[in-house]
Amino acid sequence: MSTHTLAVLAENKPGVLSHIAGLFSRRAFNISSLAVGPTQDERVSRFTIVVDGASTPVDQVCKQLEKLVRVLKVVELSEGGAVERELALIKVRVDPAVRGQLLEVAGVFGASVVDMSPTTLVLEAVSSPAKLDALLAMLDSYGTCELVRTGRIALARGAGVITDDGPASTAFPEPAETAA
Amino acid sequence: MQELTGAQALVRSLEQQGVEVVFGLPGGTILPTYDPLLSSSLRHVLVRHEQGAGHAAEGYAWATGRPGVCMATSGPGATNLVTALSDAYMDSVPMVAITGQVGTSLIGSDAFQEADITGITLPITKHSELVTDVARIPAAIAEAFHVATTGRPGPVLIDVPKDVQQATGPWSWPPVMDLPGYQVPGPPSPTAIRAAAALLVRARRPVLYVGGGVIKSDSHADLLRLAELCQAPVTTTLMARGAFPDAHPLALGMPGMHGTYPAVAALQEADLVVALGARFDDRVTGRLADFAPRATIVHADIDPAEVGKNRAADVAIIGDLRLTMAALADAVAAALPDGAALPDGAALPGGAAGRRATAGTADWLAVLASWKRQFPLRYTQDSDGPLKPQYVTERLSALTGGEAIIVAGVGQHQMHAAQHYSFTRPRSWINSGGAGTMGFAVPAAMGAQVGRPGELVVAIDGDGCFQMTAQELATCAIEKIPIKVLIFNNGFLGMVRQWQELFYDERYSSVELGTAIPDYVKLAEAYGCVGLRCERPDEVDTVLDKALARTDVPVVVDFRTHDREGVFPMVPAGRANDEIVLGPEFSADEQRAATRREMEI
Ligand SMILES: Cc1ncc(C[n+]2csc(CCOP(=O)(O)OP(=O)(O)O)c2C)c(N)n1
Ligand SMILES: [Mg+2]
Repeated sequence: MSTHTLAVLAENKPGVLSHIAGLFSRRAFNISSLAVGPTQDERVSRFTIVVDGASTPVDQVCKQLEKLVRVLKVVELSEGGAVERELALIKVRVDPAVRGQLLEVAGVFGASVVDMSPTTLVLEAVSSPAKLDALLAMLDSYGTCELVRTGRIALARGAGVITDDGPASTAFPEPAETAA
Repeated sequence: MQELTGAQALVRSLEQQGVEVVFGLPGGTILPTYDPLLSSSLRHVLVRHEQGAGHAAEGYAWATGRPGVCMATSGPGATNLVTALSDAYMDSVPMVAITGQVGTSLIGSDAFQEADITGITLPITKHSELVTDVARIPAAIAEAFHVATTGRPGPVLIDVPKDVQQATGPWSWPPVMDLPGYQVPGPPSPTAIRAAAALLVRARRPVLYVGGGVIKSDSHADLLRLAELCQAPVTTTLMARGAFPDAHPLALGMPGMHGTYPAVAALQEADLVVALGARFDDRVTGRLADFAPRATIVHADIDPAEVGKNRAADVAIIGDLRLTMAALADAVAAALPDGAALPDGAALPGGAAGRRATAGTADWLAVLASWKRQFPLRYTQDSDGPLKPQYVTERLSALTGGEAIIVAGVGQHQMHAAQHYSFTRPRSWINSGGAGTMGFAVPAAMGAQVGRPGELVVAIDGDGCFQMTAQELATCAIEKIPIKVLIFNNGFLGMVRQWQELFYDERYSSVELGTAIPDYVKLAEAYGCVGLRCERPDEVDTVLDKALARTDVPVVVDFRTHDREGVFPMVPAGRANDEIVLGPEFSADEQRAATRREMEI
């Protein structure tokens, strides 16, 4: 599955989420995950939207998103060019006999234990989506009984900053000049 | 600073915006606004159904190029606007809808006549806003008009709770618009223009594929210049009829499912298709993979999302189409050396402006001319009947010199009107293209007539369509809006009947309306209109003359048209344009020749 991560800056106004979600449903675009929250500028919200490139024309998604009046900027983050994180809380049923083993697995993945009962424990994991998937696969054999994930958030690596001004992100490539 | 109620501010904002007419119907939650409306400079046209208000606003916008405005109360009033909003969205019609909403404190409580109209219309508006602060009303209205009319036009809905209309707030005009995320494409890239011009000058088989954008951007004059300079044939889509004169030698007529053979075949054989404000709609392309298979594509549009959406563009020109068309015509003129001779000194249609530096399009135009001769729009009108819709349309075209404003419903009559009326100018063809909304014609004609009061506005409507919105005849009669409505009464949902004939083994399921009920003449009279009937070909001119002569009252004519007449040519849905069917007026040999399409250039 080829996933594409979009950073979308939008005005922090009522109805913006439904405009964006509505666009995806109306155009039959598939969202793999969506996370939204405020930015350093209180007037601006940032959406991180992950779309599946195999089933959804990503270029169309960007262009249609840009047309929404309340959307300020759409940037596709390149694979590997961005730090991507997801938070998961996982409740695992665990026999006291294998609890030690489980803690070891959690340790390997950098997950921490945030709650414990005689028969369950809750892990908190913050990691890249791939690493998180690997952890979940490992936990399956113990018995994951409840899972909640935030959806991906992402920030481009390096000194570059995505701001809500500057040129639109879906510029067309200039055609090659043909000899007249 | 002056203080106004929200309702006063709303009405004052509309005045400031230059609005002259509002189509609407009042109710509980919009009552505060109807009060200042009474003493304003705005004309309010009281419709009989809010859908009529919506289509009237659309017709006004199509005919004038200015945004149409409609108004309704909350709940059912607002939901009655939905079809028209959807229609305007599909056809990029600039329109502002204002709805009342239940009081702010009641929102979400299932209050009387509450409906989440911004939610309902989210996917069918360019933008919408629920205004919760009285101080925002002027800005919300100004922004609505700005968004509706700039860039790719479209409908905008402003929902105003009753208490916000009643509250008092500061008034100032012009307000500061707050649209940081809204960008209007400007001029096109000069590089893209040069690339397109270079392709146009060199093409041997170019076609200009002209869409509604050319009409919306008022760039028909540059289209004529461009076509004549390049000697490129022009096809005008259902949205663009009138953008190029049909009588011009370079005109091919309409492309698509019911397009002319020369238009459909020219696109299939073209080596260059220049799409101007068109969107490669499935009704034009047929099966997409087989559309214009040999063509390089230049796509000029104001909406970046349309370019590459259906068909990849080799050269994309994004920007204001008016600037694009002017720049493109200039670039082509510059690319052609001055005084370049024509091959063999051939006479050019379009006169002295046309000249070619290259091998030219003369051979191509000769092929197209032969197709026009061999495969014209063909029908047979026997002198003793039955009456053919094509014949009525052609007589109307002749009697009005192609100068009437024609408004169509949706169905066979719409296609016959689009095919057989010979358009001479832009904004003289108004229809529901993208949405295909039955019931569009009568109210849209009403809106068009209000926008262009001195002109002849003629609705060509189906008997099925007419019955969906006929009640606006009352509005027309009372408001003295003298539209002419020609009903092509074939007693059937004709277009659906045609599909059942062709694709469902002639099993006719729920398509027969009957011709006699209602009695359209009596119905017209009951609505205070003149009612006429025409059943025979030899009466057509007399009846049309009589109908067109009345400028004081609306006129309805019941044309009893042939119930079996189909619309041809036809590309069956989902099939390739190369599978175009000429129809029963052509022999098997002719069909074979059309399919084989031998040509050598
Ligand atoms: C609101 C709506 N309902 C249904 C249709 C499907 N439809 C398309 S054309 C047509 C028949 C229209 O009948 P009529 O107005 O008599 O026109 P004709 O085809 O007979 O000329 C129908 C039902 C539609 N386009 N719009
Ligand atoms: Mg009919």
